[in-house]
Amino acid sequence: MKYSIFSLARAALSGHKNWQRTWRDATPKDHYDVVIIGGGGHGLATAWFLASEYGIRNVAVLEKGWIGSGNAGRNTTIIRSNYGLPGNTGFYELSMKLWERMEQDLNYNTMVSQRGVVNLYHSDAQRDAYARRGNTMRINGIDAELLDLAAVKKMMPFLNFSNARFPVQGGLLQRRGGTARHDAVVWGYAHAASALGVDIIQNCEVTGFTRDANGKVTGVETSRGRIGAGKVGMAVAGSSSRVADMAGLRLPIESHVLQAFVSEAIKPVIPNVITFGAGHFYVSQSDKGGLVFGGDIDGYNSYAQRGNMPVMEDVCEGGMALMPMIGRVRLLRQWGGIMDMSMDGSPIIDKTPVDGLYLNAGWCYGGFKATPGSGLVFAHLLARDEPHKEAEKFRLDRFQRGAMIDEKGQGAQPNLH
Amino acid sequence: MRIVCPFCGERELGEFSYLGDAKSVRPVAGASQDEVYDYVYLRDNIAGVTSENWYHGGGCRAWLKISRNTLTHEISSVEPAAGAGAKQVAK
Ligand SMILES: Cc1cc2nc3c(=O)[nH]c(=O)nc-3n(C[C@H](O)[C@H](O)[C@H](O)COP(=O)(O)OP(=O)(O)OC[C@H]3O[C@@H](n4cnc5c(N)ncnc54)[C@H](O)[C@@H]3O)c2cc1C
Ligand SMILES: [Zn+2]
Repeated sequence: MKYSIFSLARAALSGHKNWQRTWRDATPKDHYDVVIIGGGGHGLATAWFLASEYGIRNVAVLEKGWIGSGNAGRNTTIIRSNYGLPGNTGFYELSMKLWERMEQDLNYNTMVSQRGVVNLYHSDAQRDAYARRGNTMRINGIDAELLDLAAVKKMMPFLNFSNARFPVQGGLLQRRGGTARHDAVVWGYAHAASALGVDIIQNCEVTGFTRDANGKVTGVETSRGRIGAGKVGMAVAGSSSRVADMAGLRLPIESHVLQAFVSEAIKPVIPNVITFGAGHFYVSQSDKGGLVFGGDIDGYNSYAQRGNMPVMEDVCEGGMALMPMIGRVRLLRQWGGIMDMSMDGSPIIDKTPVDGLYLNAGWCYGGFKATPGSGLVFAHLLARDEPHKEAEKFRLDRFQRGAMIDEKGQGAQPNLH
Repeated sequence: MRIVCPFCGERELGEFSYLGDAKSVRPVAGASQDEVYDYVYLRDNIAGVTSENWYHGGGCRAWLKISRNTLTHEISSVEPAAGAGAKQVAK
């Protein structure tokens, strides 16, 4: 179905009782040209780009739970393209441009809201680093503005400007950054991909790979039977090591838990996305009024999909240091998600050493903003068997070649990225 | 998660830092590039019981070897890591 002002009016007049399902819940066929494992944003975006951009429509997306039940449905929805290193800069901007036309492309309201992202700085060294990053962005045609203290005060008068230890000195602003409705992104890609013939198969867990005599992957074993495939693409976020293990691969990845928090709904107060540069705290306000915020990962390997108290305390301390007014607001919900933390903090999009198996992994905790870009470049790789030009640096062998993309300069310490 | 330190008793998680998989062994000098790559970058990343290094920085400052289930966070054993101080607690 196609959404328009007329379909909305029609549905309103019939009391919103006649909305149709937006995508088909398919049953598996015997064979597909491409099977994507993982029905998160990345898997579904890949399927949509395969169909819409590369003309490959005999595609299935296999999801062990329901689509969007992974990180796609549990992140804090921030989108931005303020990266400084070659490889990242171009890729995240490609993704940003796709966010800007997503609603038209998908015919779906994904509530992309370019409300601006401000990274605050609290020291001279941090100001210099942000100035440099902003310059890198502008050289690459990406918007960036370095704000001084007066500009920050005007934009966010509610911040604590008398913090003696971590005084706010200014911030780096990307006006085109902001948020998007994460569930709607999943549903939108499912809606658009399904309309082009892609099969979206839920409650279908991949439990193994079928291989031919030469070791080439010929399909997958699943909880709903064997499904043949010309090519198999993995986009399983926090489960990459477990799925790769079924094909005998060890990856440069650790799984870690990241928590997120939502407060009770309050009147509009925070106009944009704000990050506290002296600790680790970031916040935005959802359209329903809740403050959505988070901070560091818990710091130890985990598949438990729930966090622990020390990080809750740390995040709340960061919030209080930055905007003491939120101390009166009650916390409504808290949850955790499992992410692939790669060894340099950057993603991996590549063929694997196993013929027929392709990898999209290592998004750490910044992969939501990558959703459309990741879909496009992974579809390109699957369709053409060569990397998209904006993903040339995301190769799996970069760790061996010494070509890491270490945005934070932390070295091979995934819990610090 | 709470950790029972063999020196200090049961303490809250915030006192400890995680230092990764206890199984990886640093390659000897002259090891091949592949061995170094394996040690520095590749991980088993087990979903289940793992053996890992923790540091009790907020307490006795001992290094500990902990068996923990990454699916449940359940801790099944805590021992002093091999090296300094380990012998004294062998009661
Ligand atoms: C709390 C939190 C906050 C975050 N905040 C942000 C943010 O503000 N901005 C940002 O850019 N990023 C953020 N991220 C990161 C971002 O959510 C992820 O990097 C991104 O969503 C990962 O891609 P995905 O959406 O496809 O993954 P997922 O949605 O996790 O998709 C992977 C899917 O694979 C399925 N799967 C796994 N194994 C199998 C199997 N064997 N068979 C079949 N299916 C399988 C899973 O069920 C899952 O649905 C955050 C993450 C968390 C946890
Ligand atoms: Zn101790």
